[in-house]
Amino acid sequence: MTDEPTTLLPFIDDVCEPFWSGCREGVLRIQQCPQTKRLIFPPRPGNPWSPRVKPVWTEVKGTGKIWSFVEPHPPLMLDFTERAPYTAIVVELDQDPTIRFAGNLLKDQNGEINDYKYEEIKIGTPVKVMFRKITEEVTLPLWVKT
Amino acid sequence: MSDFSIKDLSIKDKTAIVGIGQTEFSKKLEGSEVELASEAILNALDDAGIKLSEVDGLASYTQEATSEVVLSRNMGFGDITYFGQVAYGGGGGPGVVGHAAMAVATGQCNVAVAWRSRKRASGGARRPWSKGAGVQEDFAVNYTRPFGVIRPVDEIAMLTQRYMHEYGATREHLCNIAMAVRKHANNNPLAMMRDKKMSRDDYMNARWISRPLCLFDNCLETDGALAAVIVRADRAKDCKNKPAYIHAFAQGFHKQHQVMQNFFCDDPLKGPAWVVARKLYELSDIKAKDIDVAQIYDAFTPLILLSLEGYGFCKRGEAPAFTENGNLEVGGKLPINTSGGGLSEAYVHGFNLITEAVKQLRGTSPNQVKDAENCLVTAGEGVPTGAMILRK
Repeated sequence: MTDEPTTLLPFIDDVCEPFWSGCREGVLRIQQCPQTKRLIFPPRPGNPWSPRVKPVWTEVKGTGKIWSFVEPHPPLMLDFTERAPYTAIVVELDQDPTIRFAGNLLKDQNGEINDYKYEEIKIGTPVKVMFRKITEEVTLPLWVKT
Repeated sequence: MSDFSIKDLSIKDKTAIVGIGQTEFSKKLEGSEVELASEAILNALDDAGIKLSEVDGLASYTQEATSEVVLSRNMGFGDITYFGQVAYGGGGGPGVVGHAAMAVATGQCNVAVAWRSRKRASGGARRPWSKGAGVQEDFAVNYTRPFGVIRPVDEIAMLTQRYMHEYGATREHLCNIAMAVRKHANNNPLAMMRDKKMSRDDYMNARWISRPLCLFDNCLETDGALAAVIVRADRAKDCKNKPAYIHAFAQGFHKQHQVMQNFFCDDPLKGPAWVVARKLYELSDIKAKDIDVAQIYDAFTPLILLSLEGYGFCKRGEAPAFTENGNLEVGGKLPINTSGGGLSEAYVHGFNLITEAVKQLRGTSPNQVKDAENCLVTAGEGVPTGAMILRK
């Protein structure tokens, strides 16, 4: 087990870099089809709504509602094991409810992923995005109740 | 305007599974995956009464660590004129058999072997985050794993929680599923859980894996191998055992589907099964209301709820009620997973569901459904998937 990573960071490449640089800047930036205006997430090189038209990047409003949640228990990996049981959520964006983000619900800017117990989370709760620096490259979008 | 119907093109009833074989199922078996595969395939050929030298088609999952060439060099097959694999892990199964059936029906080969062999200690069975656990080409994990949604169970638990919210399903309904399938396993001498009874209390007090899913919502961890032999219908008549005709099969995934982390499309609870079912019933004379028994992929109990709806046994949101009153047990409205499934017999990515379907049609199942004329087999909901209908 000595070679096991202790946590999972996203693999960032040219295609998705604008999303992650957005997070570092404190904004939620995702792709959009310039023709149909449909939003696109997760990031990708192709545009499923108009295939010959490259997706463009646009800022979206970081408010939404809890769409679902889970409470993982071990066996997990070190970082997450230490904080287990914690909760993870999926948020649907107010701007477009088919755009959803996995994340965690924290009590506040300084919160932790195990702030809330399973029983305390309700689907439909309004939330807003916050950003937490993890490494130089990775800032994660997390969520707090509005 | 076409003069023919799609059905005229289909392979309906043109092939049959005439042999099935397997190894023992255990948490740990001796021997490598290729040795287990070999054992299962030889057993299947014996069961069919067909010589090894006649095999000219090989069908497997892309997940298989053993390639067709390696298998061949170990087993001593002659020339192979069809080889193909189906992707997406537990989404294979019926697709693997279906591809073999297409190859046999069209004359690309005459005797096809479909197989799956798995040892937990081999590559691919490690934790999702392990080094060497396999390149995760699916980009969505970059947007789920950093938040602790790490394992398949976490991903399915997320969908389950949403399903419970939308339709009022509760743990009681998942418990109905776990208990029905465990009951079947208790009657099956080959099942890993044959001696382990499960009460409602056992289920309700079981430890969490990814809440709302507990230990008994998850399939077993198994070493094992299984195989099936497929030939054309005219040959099938002359084989040792009653043939299980492949009446129809289908594959499918929906627009904007995301493998396993299916949170990013318009309607995450309307998964690939719906696409499969539409094609399956288009090709099949046997419809949902005609199905006598079903083997539904059960890596997780909630997949049964989603599949019951996807394959048309009830409307959306009605699956929880469908699990009640012993409906899923032998004697009920739709007996499922009659050998114990992945939850209680063995988890080899659904291949034991295929072999059990054949047994039902031969009349040799440990939980035989009286006068079963047909059997549905599904692959895993939540990934690009497939299904087939076998018949007498």
